[in-house]
Amino acid sequence: MRAFIRVVSGLYALAIYGFIFLPVVVLVLFSLQATSFPIPPFTGPSLRWYEAVLADTRLTSALVNSLLVAVVSSAAAVTLGFLSAWGFARFALPGSGLMRGLITLPLTVSYLIIGMGLLVLFNWAGVPKSLTAAGIGHVVINLPLCFAIVYSQMGDHQINIERAARDLGALEWKVLLLITVPVMAPAIFAGFFLSMTFSWDEFVISFLLTRFDTTLPVEIWNLLRSGLNPKTNAVGSLVFAVSIVLVVLFELMLLRRKPA
Amino acid sequence: MSAPLVDISSVSHRFGQHTVLKNVSLTIEPGSYTILLGPSGSGKTTLLSILGGFVTPSEGKVLIRGEDCTAVPPAKRPTTTVFQDYALFPHMSVGSNVGFGLRMQGVDGATRAARAREALALVGLATAFDKKPHQLSGGQRQRVALARALVVEPAVLLLDEPLGALDLKLRRQMQDELKAIQKRVGTAFIHVTHDQEEAMALADHCVVMNDGRIEDEGPPERVYARPATRFSATFMGESTLIAGTVTEAKSGKITVTTKLGSLSLPGTLPAGSTVALAVRPEHLVLGTAGGGVALGMAKVSDVVFQGSFKRMLGTSTTDPALHFIAKVPAASAVQPGDVVAVSCDAGDIILLAD
Repeated sequence: MRAFIRVVSGLYALAIYGFIFLPVVVLVLFSLQATSFPIPPFTGPSLRWYEAVLADTRLTSALVNSLLVAVVSSAAAVTLGFLSAWGFARFALPGSGLMRGLITLPLTVSYLIIGMGLLVLFNWAGVPKSLTAAGIGHVVINLPLCFAIVYSQMGDHQINIERAARDLGALEWKVLLLITVPVMAPAIFAGFFLSMTFSWDEFVISFLLTRFDTTLPVEIWNLLRSGLNPKTNAVGSLVFAVSIVLVVLFELMLLRRKPA
Repeated sequence: MSAPLVDISSVSHRFGQHTVLKNVSLTIEPGSYTILLGPSGSGKTTLLSILGGFVTPSEGKVLIRGEDCTAVPPAKRPTTTVFQDYALFPHMSVGSNVGFGLRMQGVDGATRAARAREALALVGLATAFDKKPHQLSGGQRQRVALARALVVEPAVLLLDEPLGALDLKLRRQMQDELKAIQKRVGTAFIHVTHDQEEAMALADHCVVMNDGRIEDEGPPERVYARPATRFSATFMGESTLIAGTVTEAKSGKITVTTKLGSLSLPGTLPAGSTVALAVRPEHLVLGTAGGGVALGMAKVSDVVFQGSFKRMLGTSTTDPALHFIAKVPAASAVQPGDVVAVSCDAGDIILLAD
């Protein structure tokens, strides 16, 4: 009976992980297809489609654009998120609870709504569609996330450390730069890498806010309009690989516990 | 007498509706070791925070070296603090921690390192320069915090329950070292504690605080032997307290009537005042061949062996509300249940006005 339960729960686990990962496995597998259609039977392995991706300047420049937007928007989001978390943690502000709620609210709003809102706003303000516009959109969606991560790690035990620095003659900006930022570094990097992951994958906002230069997810969508081929699988696999690296970096940063 | 190093005049402080300091005035002499002693909630930590600049008092002034520092931020005043949790910078080496204050003053790297090493040698941690704070024990972190605060040569060093987190043995050891270091550097130390033994061992000047007020201040010997108030008599050491009323007062002599009888004491209180007579445990004498003032009979309720002496707790047979605390020799044969005569010398009775 016990053995039976073990087998059933094993199968159940297998089914769940299969359900989650089978699409990705299929995507990666057929990116290695040697022939022109990403359907069984598997004819690879071959790297010809990866070569094709890297030879396609539209895809490679979109990849560079995506990285650029991810890095710059994440840096901006984590800087702003850190500063607001510090403000909320260290100063008694009027309506602090409400304001904290408002700053994390965009986490619950759909990207489509945020993208549309920005599109209307930028139209009205005369800001052209561009990578910058998409980057601003990514700051909007990632700032609340960075705020939440940094704020959750900002405990009272750091207050005395900051006080000690002030006591020894440090000006406020030096306290922030030399003490608070290094002490909060794990949370700051975690926020940065998670933001990069989301920015890197993000489609809707980039689609709405870019025109000529665009990001990789939008370029992949363009590619998909002409039908499936192993090249789309290859570029999808590359996107997936980068996401994994970013998520692993995030986990390493957040879960690494330094001895006190 | 030279001008005081620190002059706290009429400082009051409120947190919202709650008044934590009530019109406190205190002066600190250069080179002195001052202890602020009191229970939690007595305002001693708030007073230290006001000295350090972390709290601006609601009323009153703080002068340091004759300059008004009442609202000067911590970075700009000549005080440094050793925090209760040490507050070392976890991402910096011990050397960088100690050198931080000098770095903020713009001292160059080489001088900084040399002076940090000197300060670490002063606290007996010369070898820890390159270590990280988390590699050190509690007592060692405490020394680093001390070195970090001393290296900038403050006018006053503030210590917020610095020994609170250490175990008893280490605490007594650090206590001796703190005193030695203070004598060596000659900086005025102001040290907050609720441990009266620590206070007696360290202080040149002991300030007993309760409920936002200074109850008593002076050399610890004086505060112990002749406490000014009932609170200070009970907080700084133990006492047997005998309630009484002044029934006669003339030419520097008063007669106090208690349930144990009448006593004549030197004093100037008017007739009718209620008073308490306090006797320290070591001044109570058990047995018939006792001191000059008989205090009736005590029924012994407990005898606690403390190594070099025994602590006797008993209740008066004439007044069950009166509890005796006596220190008796370790060899004494007194047992719980015994009824013994208690007496003391008139000169050992401390008169406390209520």
